Amino acid sequence: MKVKQISVFLENKSGRLATVTRVLGDNGINIRALSIADTADFGILRLIVNDPDKAWQILKNNEFTVSETEIIAVQVPDKPGGLASILETLEKSKINIEYMYAFVGKSGENAVVVFRVEEIDRAITFLQENGIRLLTGKEVYTF
Amino acid sequence: MWNREMETIPRPQLEKIQAERLRKTVERVYNNVPFYRRKLDAANIKPEDIQTVKDLERLPFTTKQDLRDNYPFGLFAVPREEVVRVHASSGTTGKMTVVGYTRNDIGTWSEVMARTLGCGNVTEKDIIQVAYGYGLFTGGLGAHYGAERVGAMVVPISGGNTKRQLQVMVDFNVTALACTPSYALYFTETAAEEGIDIRSLPLRVGFFGAEPWSHNMRKEIEEKMNIKAIDIYGLSEIIGPGVSSECLEQDGLHVWEDHFMVEIIDPNTGQVVPYGEKGELVFTCISKEALPLIRYRTRDISILYPDVCRCGRTHKRMNRVMGRTDDMLIIRGVNVFPSQIESVLLEIGETEPHYQLIVDREGNLDDLEIWVEVSEKIFSDEIKKMEELENKIKKEILSILGISARIKLVEPKTIARSEGKAKRVIDRRDVYTK
Repeated sequence: MKVKQISVFLENKSGRLATVTRVLGDNGINIRALSIADTADFGILRLIVNDPDKAWQILKNNEFTVSETEIIAVQVPDKPGGLASILETLEKSKINIEYMYAFVGKSGENAVVVFRVEEIDRAITFLQENGIRLLTGKEVYTF
Repeated sequence: MWNREMETIPRPQLEKIQAERLRKTVERVYNNVPFYRRKLDAANIKPEDIQTVKDLERLPFTTKQDLRDNYPFGLFAVPREEVVRVHASSGTTGKMTVVGYTRNDIGTWSEVMARTLGCGNVTEKDIIQVAYGYGLFTGGLGAHYGAERVGAMVVPISGGNTKRQLQVMVDFNVTALACTPSYALYFTETAAEEGIDIRSLPLRVGFFGAEPWSHNMRKEIEEKMNIKAIDIYGLSEIIGPGVSSECLEQDGLHVWEDHFMVEIIDPNTGQVVPYGEKGELVFTCISKEALPLIRYRTRDISILYPDVCRCGRTHKRMNRVMGRTDDMLIIRGVNVFPSQIESVLLEIGETEPHYQLIVDREGNLDDLEIWVEVSEKIFSDEIKKMEELENKIKKEILSILGISARIKLVEPKTIARSEGKAKRVIDRRDVYTK
């Protein structure tokens, strides 16, 4: 139930984002979703891609500082209140969300929300016990 | 002149004093400091072999590493009870370099600093503002004791709070200033902002040291303050400020040779070079009691001029420091070694840290920015953790060096490498060249 996410350290200077995405594109990596967190000096690019292990290797070969982290992905009905009910459930568990972002799949009917949490195993158990369907890595990479 | 008799003493007489004091010093360290006994034994030198000033060349060198190896008091040549003061400077691996003084040493220090102030004609009529830091750093107390010896009225204001410094300067009719040259320039800047015309104040002379400064900086200070800017030199290992000083001729710094014998050596061979040739400054303390270092290698590059100065002083002059033989930087008067930064990065988990120190002068104050390449070991996908990392580096550096630095996390391979080795320092201040 864990999904692999690739994170890349980027300085805040022009062209860096283009370089990363070009390198991935040239190597046949398809980006499913991304989010960027930044400060004045640097940013962290987080990516969900079709082949995370390959993407990791490509970025590493190109001398980026890259890491692979595990996240959880939840399919959310693409309608008002869809996300809120999942967050409310998660809130009851007192599990801390480090960050989250969402994307809409090809069909357009469902959205996927990815969570980076402190205690991933407990979060998975808790969400499943509460009837929330988690997506597998394979499902997300090809969503 | 504070001590005309000694400052203008004919060379043969001076050398007689030196020979006598050198002989006694070598005898004393041989008997009281196990480190020196071992060193002299290893070099097969007996104290009685040292009779003339020329014999100095035969003695082994002392380095900063020796001080570190014998931290904190291992090189002291007197019982602990006779030491009345210690000072210290930050070390390369978190260990400080500790120096000690007996009551007589404090007297010697006051004397050489009195001569230094006398080089700018400071007398009991003067009011001197000592804006060097007071504390473990030798600058503040060194200047202070010298000024008291001269009989000037001392304002022991220490560093910082520039607006208050200016108010004191104006209200007290300060005539002499002692601080780092970059702080002097900062003074002028702040004065301009406050609408104070330093040029019209009674201030007439400044004693600037503790960091390298360029000829251009001197001109700027002299113009903006309407004073004589005198270059003073010293290092805590030898005594602190007061090792040498320019006179009003501003043509080299007189080394107070009846207390400190000076040599210039080739840093690679260790051989003494002829007068007029560039090399590393080496000092031997011949009157110190607590910490009489023999042939201490300063790593400062200079040139020696033996001829009598136009001012009449016979003590040899050294050129303004022209560089370093190691990678030490002086930032806001603090000695900084790149290896200190490295030790901080190793501590936070970098196994092979790539970093670069970028030193610049923002306005007139030194500014230190440290670039750190982010490796996978320290990288996190969470901004919070990366900011914590930045703050941790900053805090550690502040605690080790005592100065604050800006930390900039950069991508791998950002820092230029030549032959695989990263350039550790970019110093944009050009203090040694202009």
